[in-house]
Amino acid sequence: MITFIERFGKKIIIFSEEFGRILLLLSSTLKQMTALPFEIKNIIKQMLEIGVRSLPVVLVTAIFTGMVFALQTYTAFKRFGAVELVGTVVALSMTRELGPVLTGLIVAGRAGAAMAAELGTMRVTEQIDALETLAANPVKYLIVPRFLSGLIMLPAVTIVADIVGIIGGYIVTVGMFKTSSVVYWKRTWDYLEPGDIYNGLIKACFFGAAIAIVSCYKGFYTMGGAEGVGKATTGAVVLSSMTILISDYFLSNWLFR
Amino acid sequence: MIKLVDLHKAFGSNKVLQGLDLGVEKGESMVIIGGSGSGKSIILKHIIGILKPDKGNIFIEGVNITTLKENELYEVRKKFGMLFQMAALFDSMNVWENVGFALMRQKNFKPGDVKEMAIEKLKLVGLVGVENLSPAELSGGMKKRVGLARAIAHEPEILLYDEPTTGLDPITADAINDLIIEMRERLSVTSVAITHDMRSAYKIADRISMLYEGEIIQTGSPDEIKNTENPVVKQFITGSAIGPIKIEGVDHERIFNRA
Repeated sequence: MITFIERFGKKIIIFSEEFGRILLLLSSTLKQMTALPFEIKNIIKQMLEIGVRSLPVVLVTAIFTGMVFALQTYTAFKRFGAVELVGTVVALSMTRELGPVLTGLIVAGRAGAAMAAELGTMRVTEQIDALETLAANPVKYLIVPRFLSGLIMLPAVTIVADIVGIIGGYIVTVGMFKTSSVVYWKRTWDYLEPGDIYNGLIKACFFGAAIAIVSCYKGFYTMGGAEGVGKATTGAVVLSSMTILISDYFLSNWLFR
Repeated sequence: MIKLVDLHKAFGSNKVLQGLDLGVEKGESMVIIGGSGSGKSIILKHIIGILKPDKGNIFIEGVNITTLKENELYEVRKKFGMLFQMAALFDSMNVWENVGFALMRQKNFKPGDVKEMAIEKLKLVGLVGVENLSPAELSGGMKKRVGLARAIAHEPEILLYDEPTTGLDPITADAINDLIIEMRERLSVTSVAITHDMRSAYKIADRISMLYEGEIIQTGSPDEIKNTENPVVKQFITGSAIGPIKIEGVDHERIFNRA
């Protein structure tokens, strides 16, 4: 029993330490964001990496999610004669929930892993120490561009995912089940409120920032050579994904109640 | 120029530095020798302010850097150039961008001018026509030279060398030693090198200090170190497995009996 309590206590201490260090890194990142010179070149590079290069996989995921959602909703709604509301359900689900969460999970798996692996390799090969010796603050040079890019690009990609998901729903509802195109769009716009869209984007901003800071933290504090880089990469994807899924509940509770 | 006073540093229960004192004069070439894992690299990281001591003070030109704020520390770091053990070149940049990194950031030169200056620095370390290559295309010796060119590019007053000859063949290692001497003569820099390569230490040092169990146990000229009576230093410089320095996992009694 005592061993169990000891182990449990140890896990809580490790978790608290890690959480504290992530917050410290976040505070240092926010402080460095306003310091000159701005890393414009690095920010653009990271925006391409996090946003533009994630687009193909986000588009494929969003269109098929919209399609399968419409398929399931149509067959269910047909039982009680509410098929004209399929467009509404797809649009609300995509903008409020599926768009930001799916985009977040995809970016965590793709760009988050890449961030942790790159920074982890830089740590174990002393490139981060080299930056410091050349009087370049590594938080400003490496983490601020990734953080800003996550913050800006995740909502941008989410907008595209929302639109493509709704189009996916349209293809199935109108193209496959031969319902009225006018009804689909009318029902979509009738019940979709601006708050559904921008609250979904607020979530995306949070997810983007969380992915960047968690992945950078895992990479920045990597120890133990190639094995350490592997662990950091896996840890970044797992922790980012968990952060997205858990915070999604609390954000939804706060934004949509 | 550099003064370390009663430096203590521990990582968990592992006490690496235990009251270390060391002084380096302006223009001097100091070499710190010591076994693998004895904390030599930790000393360099303290001198440049990447690590903070648990106790003790570090003075650079009379300024105690342990009390400086982060932005003040970055100003002090501009006085330094450092060559890393594995060169630590930035993978995401080509050779000239690596060499010109500090010039671009610290002195705000234009990219075209920086490239010219980087090519000049590369010539100084004996490299021509490599400026557009990526670090992955270079051999170990070339990487060290590029690392050295990067370290001297912003004309620092102090150069730190972390195991400059480790992992190189003897001829390339000697060429790096010659470069270190040349840098000191041409640029009049103060230098601190850490190594366990005694050939290199004798060649580049004005004075040699031996680090053992977290302290400097002897400092002297290369000749004084060669003729030392200290059994620990003697064992280290002769590279003998028999003596007061014990290596974990090695059966010293068996080696002694065989000898």
